[in-house]
Amino acid sequence: MNIHPTTAGMTLAGILFVLGLISILIRRNMIFMLLSVEIMLNAAGLAFIVASSHWAQPDGQVMFMFILSMAAAEVSVGLALILQLYHQLKSLDSDEASRMRG
Amino acid sequence: MSIAFYIAAAIAIFSTIMVITRFNIMHALLYLIVSLLSVAVIFYLYGAPFMAALEVIIYAGAIMVLIIFFVMMLNLGPETTRTEKQWLKPGMWMLPALLCLVLLIELAYLIAQNKAPSTGITPVAPKEVGRSLFGPYILAVELSAMLLMAGIVGAYHLGRQKKKILHRFFESNVS
Amino acid sequence: MLWLIPALPFFSALMLILGWRVFTRAAVSIIGCGSIGVSALLTIVLGIEFMQSGQTSVVQHLWEWMQAGTFSAGADLRLDALSLCFVFVITFVGFLIHIYSTGYMAEDADYGRFFACMNLFVGAMLVLVLADNLLLLYFGWEGVGLCSYLLIGFWYKDPANGYAARKAFVVTRVGDTAMAIALFMLFQFTGSLQIQSILDKAPTLWTVGNTTVVWIAFLLLGGAVGKSAQLPLQTWLPDAMAGPTPVSALIHAATMVTAGVYLIARMHTLFELAPAAQTGVAVVGAVTLLLAGCSALVQRDIKRVLAYSTISQIGYMFLALGVGAWSAAIFHFVTHAFFKALLFMGAGAVIVAMHHEQDMMKMGGLRKQLPAVYWVFLIGSASLAAIPFITSGFYSKDQIVWLAWSSAHGHTLYWVCAITGAFLTAMYTFRMVFLTFYGEARNHQHPHTPGPAMMIPLYILAILSTVAGFIELPHTLGHVTLFSDFLQPMLPAVHLLQESAALEWTSQLLAAGLTFLGIYIAWLWVIRQPEGMKRFAQMPFMQWLRVFWMKGWAFDDVYNTLFVQPFVQTARMNRRDIIDRIYTSIAAITRWFHDILARTQNGILRYYVMGVVIGAVVILSVLIWRVYV
Repeated sequence: MNIHPTTAGMTLAGILFVLGLISILIRRNMIFMLLSVEIMLNAAGLAFIVASSHWAQPDGQVMFMFILSMAAAEVSVGLALILQLYHQLKSLDSDEASRMRG
Repeated sequence: MSIAFYIAAAIAIFSTIMVITRFNIMHALLYLIVSLLSVAVIFYLYGAPFMAALEVIIYAGAIMVLIIFFVMMLNLGPETTRTEKQWLKPGMWMLPALLCLVLLIELAYLIAQNKAPSTGITPVAPKEVGRSLFGPYILAVELSAMLLMAGIVGAYHLGRQKKKILHRFFESNVS
Repeated sequence: MLWLIPALPFFSALMLILGWRVFTRAAVSIIGCGSIGVSALLTIVLGIEFMQSGQTSVVQHLWEWMQAGTFSAGADLRLDALSLCFVFVITFVGFLIHIYSTGYMAEDADYGRFFACMNLFVGAMLVLVLADNLLLLYFGWEGVGLCSYLLIGFWYKDPANGYAARKAFVVTRVGDTAMAIALFMLFQFTGSLQIQSILDKAPTLWTVGNTTVVWIAFLLLGGAVGKSAQLPLQTWLPDAMAGPTPVSALIHAATMVTAGVYLIARMHTLFELAPAAQTGVAVVGAVTLLLAGCSALVQRDIKRVLAYSTISQIGYMFLALGVGAWSAAIFHFVTHAFFKALLFMGAGAVIVAMHHEQDMMKMGGLRKQLPAVYWVFLIGSASLAAIPFITSGFYSKDQIVWLAWSSAHGHTLYWVCAITGAFLTAMYTFRMVFLTFYGEARNHQHPHTPGPAMMIPLYILAILSTVAGFIELPHTLGHVTLFSDFLQPMLPAVHLLQESAALEWTSQLLAAGLTFLGIYIAWLWVIRQPEGMKRFAQMPFMQWLRVFWMKGWAFDDVYNTLFVQPFVQTARMNRRDIIDRIYTSIAAITRWFHDILARTQNGILRYYVMGVVIGAVVILSVLIWRVYV
């Protein structure tokens, strides 16, 4: 089976992304939602690295670096927010964080 | 494609599936770390060794550990696992799985349209990456530094407690 | 000056409508009666002027009402012999009835409203008879219909009165619609609604018996039977007695119900061109007069007897119109207005004296207790029953009876109906008189003669009922033709098939004989009450007949089954209003969509992420479909 490496890599990135997407759609626990976002970010990073190797340019790897730093900042702030919500709502259920009456 | 890629890919997919189906947070986090490690292997196979190292150090080693410590701090206990089991009924998976399957098929279709000529895997040296970072992308580097600064300050501010919060262990003793 | 005659009642009606709560009773009486009185005076003055000038007609153009394309209608008033007769009767008898009302309605709280409606009615009726074109006539026609509704339902707090008023309005509406269609057709074929131009053009447009003119004439007849309470639209008049007695006297005896007679007499050229329709008029008249006569025979309420009597007498007028005896019909109208108004007002006096008791079976012996009322009532009844020589009713009715046989369009059957009708009239009239005034008092009240406000008009009308007949005497008794000569320019003379003095004598003797026979039988029936008659009346067939006639030959029941019940059932089926649903369903569907959309706004994060994913899937699908497929 001779699959072109770029195609294989991109397909893997797609599968990982979709798995993260399924997880975020189903989970109610906020920490699991954050985790799913991390899965998706990682998959996107993989796609960038594969593209970088396809075009033989460093731009993809640079992009991955920025994704990494952004993920770090996002996780720290996100966890702080989840902490505040946990203290307010006394639970990690994201459905609790809703004042709408629809 | 080398056999290493297929093995690493299989481990990545399998562990990701384990992440999304666990009820216990700690188990899910640990499976995610496995997934990240296998993805690092794939990075190495695609000629980006520096990125592979960064993946392990920062993503798996810092971010995931941060989340693990956070979960430990919250000290959630076994009732969270029970709640998760309650929330994740099999019927819940149907519609999102269907939707995401459609998305995956479309993505695969678009990926398969690849018409550009390629020469297989071309490793890009870290030197090239460094030169690129401090060359054309220098502004973006500075901006990401500022982003991290904002992240630290924000995380500190948001994590402050205004009033004394007793942990729930102590609450039950007091009241 | 002609315009003042209808304008004065309208003006006083307006004043009373605006201020009846503020004016005193005296002020209302002066305004209400005064306007009609001045109109009556003006009528006399203008009438004398008109008769001396020798003109055929006087037309006064007031203003241009409407103009659309080739059609133009003005507010034009026309005075000629026919309308002068009607105007005189309306204003004069109206004036007397207004004076009577000041006494009759003296204790009523809505005194002012009553006079406002009465004046409005007189104004509308005057417009009807003075109109020069059919559109203005229709305006007056509708106006009198409205005022009839207002006045029948005058005591509106009792729902039965409202029902009677609505019934009157709806039944006459059927006739009004037929008349409107006739007006449309007339305009379509003759291009104008001006009466004289239609009557001039009609013989040139249509030959005798042409289908179009027959249709138009039948439709006009439809309108006339509605207003005049003839077959088949006569059911509203007996129930209209729910209104105050002056209303019954003015509207349902003397004026409004004769509007149909006026219409047919006015449009006589059309009827002459449509023999089928003219026969229809005569047949309607003949059948109605018999029907109503039988019904009047068994009524208990004194006003209902008079109501059926009115229907019957108008049947005589229709019969006269149908056989071509135009001036005879108008003559009977004039005398009938006098004695019927007299009878109604007399009945009103009796009712007021008996403290609003209307059932004749509870009256009796009033001859001794109310002598003045008794004498005027007797004069009126004599005129109605057509006692020979001394009453006006004799001259007018006998002329119709004779012409029903001898006219060119006449027929023996018409004469038989008319003679039988005369017999029935005498019988029911004197039954009414004997039950009310003779015998022992079946009541235990102490009636008192009404005041002069009510009695003086009665005296005046009694005198008129006696002498008004002398202006037109038949061939055999002096041959005075003042009245028909007066009407000659407007209404052609009747064509006689046979001019025979001997036959005329026979008819008159027979009529007189039957009148006296009727009075005798009534006397036997009410006062003597021999055993044979009592047993005859107890027979089951007679009992059934009594009930059948009391219900007015069951027309109400038939109409109820044929029209009212299906309509009510359909309305009940549509209780939740299907038509309305179509419009409210638009709102309901919008609200349903709103509910569905509102469900998406629930603040749950997963749903919003789902939205993003759906959007991504849609965009990618569109992209793939457009670009690659």
